[in-house]
Amino acid sequence: MSEAYVRGAILPPLAPPVSERGVVKWMRENLFSGWLNSVLTVLAVLAVYYIASLCLPWLLHGVWNAGSLGECRSIIATNYGPDAGGACWAVIHARWYQFIFGFYPIEAWWRPILDFALLFVALAPVLFSDNPRKAAIMVGVVSVILVLSLMALVPWWALLLTIALMAGLSFLSYTATSKLLWVAAVYPFLSVWLLWGGSVWGPVMAMAGFGVMVLVYRVISPGLGVIMGTALGFVAACIWWLFLGSLAAAAIQSVVPFGLTYVESDRFGGFLLAFVIGVSSISISLPIGVMLALGRQSNMFLIRTLSVSFIEFVRGVPLITMLFTASLLLQYFLPPGNNFDLILRVVILVTLFSAAYNAEVIRGGLAALPKGQYEAADALGLDYWQAQRLIIMPQALKVSIPGVVSTFIGLFKDTTLVSFVGLLDPLRGVTTIVRADLAWKGIYWEPYIFVAAIFFIACFGMSRYSMYLEGKLKTDHR
Amino acid sequence: MANAAPQMKVTDEVAVQITAMNKWYGTFHVLRDINMTVMRGERIVICGPSGSGKSTLIRCINRLEEHQQGQIIVDGTELTSDLKNIDKVRSEVGMVFQHFNLFPHLTILENLTLAPIWVRKVPKKEAEETAMYFLSKVKIPEQAHKYPGQLSGGQQQRVAIARSLCMRPRIMLFDEPTSALDPEMIKEVLDTMIELAQEGMTMLCVTHEMGFAQAVANRVIFMDQGQIVEQNEPKEFFNNPKSERTKLFLSQILGH
Repeated sequence: MSEAYVRGAILPPLAPPVSERGVVKWMRENLFSGWLNSVLTVLAVLAVYYIASLCLPWLLHGVWNAGSLGECRSIIATNYGPDAGGACWAVIHARWYQFIFGFYPIEAWWRPILDFALLFVALAPVLFSDNPRKAAIMVGVVSVILVLSLMALVPWWALLLTIALMAGLSFLSYTATSKLLWVAAVYPFLSVWLLWGGSVWGPVMAMAGFGVMVLVYRVISPGLGVIMGTALGFVAACIWWLFLGSLAAAAIQSVVPFGLTYVESDRFGGFLLAFVIGVSSISISLPIGVMLALGRQSNMFLIRTLSVSFIEFVRGVPLITMLFTASLLLQYFLPPGNNFDLILRVVILVTLFSAAYNAEVIRGGLAALPKGQYEAADALGLDYWQAQRLIIMPQALKVSIPGVVSTFIGLFKDTTLVSFVGLLDPLRGVTTIVRADLAWKGIYWEPYIFVAAIFFIACFGMSRYSMYLEGKLKTDHR
Repeated sequence: MANAAPQMKVTDEVAVQITAMNKWYGTFHVLRDINMTVMRGERIVICGPSGSGKSTLIRCINRLEEHQQGQIIVDGTELTSDLKNIDKVRSEVGMVFQHFNLFPHLTILENLTLAPIWVRKVPKKEAEETAMYFLSKVKIPEQAHKYPGQLSGGQQQRVAIARSLCMRPRIMLFDEPTSALDPEMIKEVLDTMIELAQEGMTMLCVTHEMGFAQAVANRVIFMDQGQIVEQNEPKEFFNNPKSERTKLFLSQILGH
């Protein structure tokens, strides 16, 4: 047999041919992988060009400084010719504050702004519990924006105070992120006080109600057991909130008066209103949703029946119906002379609405867990609540993240529906008012684009965070 | 694995006492008149065809399954619907499952320290020391900071055994611990179990590993159709089975 072909030395690797690298390869794979895809690519490029050629001039001809729509048009006509179209952003420039604050008094604008900044401080330890760097970056950025936006609104000493406070919080967020959980715990009460104003002792006494609950529980549970302790603690706290708390608050206020100017609920509007309803409903509906999902799986007949009826009832009724109930019917059921705040009523019903949806999403997450997880937790001697908190919920909630966040995004956008009960939402309420102004009569796209952009930023932010969270919690290595 | 250590001795203290126990799934009578006494230090292997109720029997001992009639006393505590007794028994009885059932969202170390910290109220540091001790014992201390999904099946099952041991149980239940494993991983798990047996742990083990039964068991229980058909010490059981059903079963699992 003749000599076979044998390689004497290992060949060095060569660079791939041009068609197999870089841009060319990417285009061949993604844009021109077959004749059909090539045709579609060309059509898509044409479509993008057509849309851009329609919109871009309009966007680029935008006018930012003008007193009325007519002035806008004449500026565009002189600059770009009589037939040119152009956006009149001047309306946003002139009326932006109404989109943000509604009719909230200008001298109190610093309150919602500070409140909004503190929202992120309160969220930092929750969102980035194990990443102090990210938490600190978020608090730091928010601090800078807060100080910049307060500059024109508050006196110098208040600005210095804010700088000191936010510097302290930024420092704390990096060195001891979990300490900020205290900010998160106080935030709901602080927020109500900042937004509505009034005596500081009201929210303080509301907080004290939780102290009463814990105190009663501590006294009773050693003797009568955990369930009786919890129940009586809850009853005591309710009595405190309904009767004693307001008396105590009034008493202290008469001795040590301290408070902010009261702002009526009907002065709230725009994104301030959307965020008040959205943030409070989102944060309260998640725990209620978890409890409803567990209730629906409970072995106890009464709890299961109540949970199922509640979920099915709420899911069977349109949100608008519930909002009308909030604004009209609820008033009939309450004793006369009772002035139950409309925003509070709307928040309660929107919360219950989203809690029912969350409950079903979380139930899906619970169903995805293998039975072995429950058995392993039981076999180790964990009790029901320990097993739920340590084993079941962390896994079920992780599976439910996309669904829960979808519910939240839906809820946030649905806050615009409050315009049907006479509240001033950014989309319909404020825009209608702005367009009713003689100076801006006939304006159409610009306010809606502005509102859409802010909604997009908020919803896209939630969506991106949920993706980050999913990635962070991915430990199953499948 | 045929070198059983001589120091494995059975005491005359009762660990588990089951008397006239019956259980139904709906109308199906799964466990029929079970009577059984396990002494402390005893190592019992339970075998039988699938559907014979052997898993259900050991799952009744820590009340993962509820029995409807008769009495089960574990370590002097009777299992009734009283939750306090159930939690007490569960914290004294360790269990190892066929599919490991590790908690996938926690690291190995967290899997091991969770129950001691929350149930036994052991300080975190002490719990971690105990956890590392048992991880070295099952020969995988270097995996402590990984997640269960990153380990092989055999390693996961050894972690599951270590997790049970961290609670310092007085009785260990094994529910087909090697059935979900590849052949080369079965040995590492069995070695761990044999070591545990040699230290005098009371063990009830549902398994088809007859080599393990011969090496460490002092009693083999054969179940069929929800009843205990035959029980004997391993040598007698394998060489001289009494009932026809046992002979058939043994010929099927040993006959190739």
